[in-house]
Amino acid sequence: MYLPDFDYHSPESLDEALSLLAGLGSGAKVLAGGTDLLHKMKQGDLAPEALVSLKGLDELKGINYVEGRGVVIGALSTQNDILYSEVLAKKYPSVSHAAKKMASNQIRHLGTVGGNIVNAVPSADLPPILIALGATITLASTSGKREMALEDFFVEPASSVIEEGEILTEVAIPDGGFTGSSYHKFGLRRSGALAVVGVAVSARVENGVIQEARIVCASSAPKVIRAPKAEEFITGKTSAPDTLAELQAIVESEVRPRDSIRGSAEYRRNLAGVLAKRALIDAVESGHGIHAED
Amino acid sequence: MNTIQDKEGVKRYMLSLTVNGDPHTVVVKANTTLSQVLRNELALTGTKQGCELGDCGSCTVLMDGKPVNSCMVLALEAEGREVTTIEGVAEGAKLSDLQESFVNHGAVQCGYCSPGMVLSAKALLARNPHPSELEVREAISGNLCRCTGYVHIVEAILAVSEGRTTPPEEANAGGEA
Repeated sequence: MYLPDFDYHSPESLDEALSLLAGLGSGAKVLAGGTDLLHKMKQGDLAPEALVSLKGLDELKGINYVEGRGVVIGALSTQNDILYSEVLAKKYPSVSHAAKKMASNQIRHLGTVGGNIVNAVPSADLPPILIALGATITLASTSGKREMALEDFFVEPASSVIEEGEILTEVAIPDGGFTGSSYHKFGLRRSGALAVVGVAVSARVENGVIQEARIVCASSAPKVIRAPKAEEFITGKTSAPDTLAELQAIVESEVRPRDSIRGSAEYRRNLAGVLAKRALIDAVESGHGIHAED
Repeated sequence: MNTIQDKEGVKRYMLSLTVNGDPHTVVVKANTTLSQVLRNELALTGTKQGCELGDCGSCTVLMDGKPVNSCMVLALEAEGREVTTIEGVAEGAKLSDLQESFVNHGAVQCGYCSPGMVLSAKALLARNPHPSELEVREAISGNLCRCTGYVHIVEAILAVSEGRTTPPEEANAGGEA
């Protein structure tokens, strides 16, 4: 299977990459891990004139805790970098856990967090937990940098606000007030399967009472979405069984899934409610740690 | 990166990488994948091409020690990297313990997934010399065996982690029932 022809550039710095992209215009695509991009090119869905490889941009690598900014994840961090990160293991095991649920070991050594975000599919596994934790992203271009909340990045259907010539450089998880977080994914297999539905929940809990919560659903709408009515409902309450049953019903009313080969809309709607309930229980009872099932 | 351009404007790039400890320089078009360079330029056909979309794992090689699907890596992305293919696992004519164990456990059926399986297992044991059965299954979950011979493959990998390359003795003593 041959890819279409294209020109290849491998700049050695972000500035060089941005200048190249600006000069090449709309025919150029950014190559990070390549697991989505090359797949689309092989399938004939994309035929860029040029690829700008980011492999030489060491400044986009690494996962570090930065005082005042929180956990800063370079956009070129692979899914396995996230899975094995000591910083994340200490601060947010829930993020590593989401990475562990992705694809296969071989793909996780290639695929990057930046690519998982910019690819902007509604089934992406990292955006839900990152949005739940209030993550921000930085987009760079020759005209400067802009920072935004990750949840504002996605546009329906399966698109984003990234502009031509921009490169996503990093993701930052601020030191928020959340005391717990969790991501629950249901796939048709435990490996190499996209989410039929995935739900991430974060919560700030004081004396058993939920002060604030975020509920973020993947494969539940034409983009990764929050469930604001459910978030509002659970605020000020505990995770009592009756409350959770109501929460499930509200989440089910907020998601807008479609029928696909992975699952019917009706099934996915129900799944979103159930997974939200389970993820909330984890976020309340297990902090940011992973739950017992795995 | 050095390039040459033909009269139709198609560029070819000079690529240097290390494969199984040997330095190689090849001239490739940008659209060439690592698996294509290994098989077509270097004649290392132990690396198989199956789905060519990153699902089946038959093209698995180690890049700087980490298993990757070589069909999903542009050859040019491997510039300066160290690649290990199945041909680099044996020491000359002597099979590695993992390969020996695969043979002794009947873990090779049609053989198409075997190179990828061995490399995924090799990477696992380098990172975690004593994995649990679950960890072995997770490590090879990106390698599909259409003969469905997973049980013997898992046993072969676990045996090496226990310092063996053959099945436990009691399994042999009874023979086939």
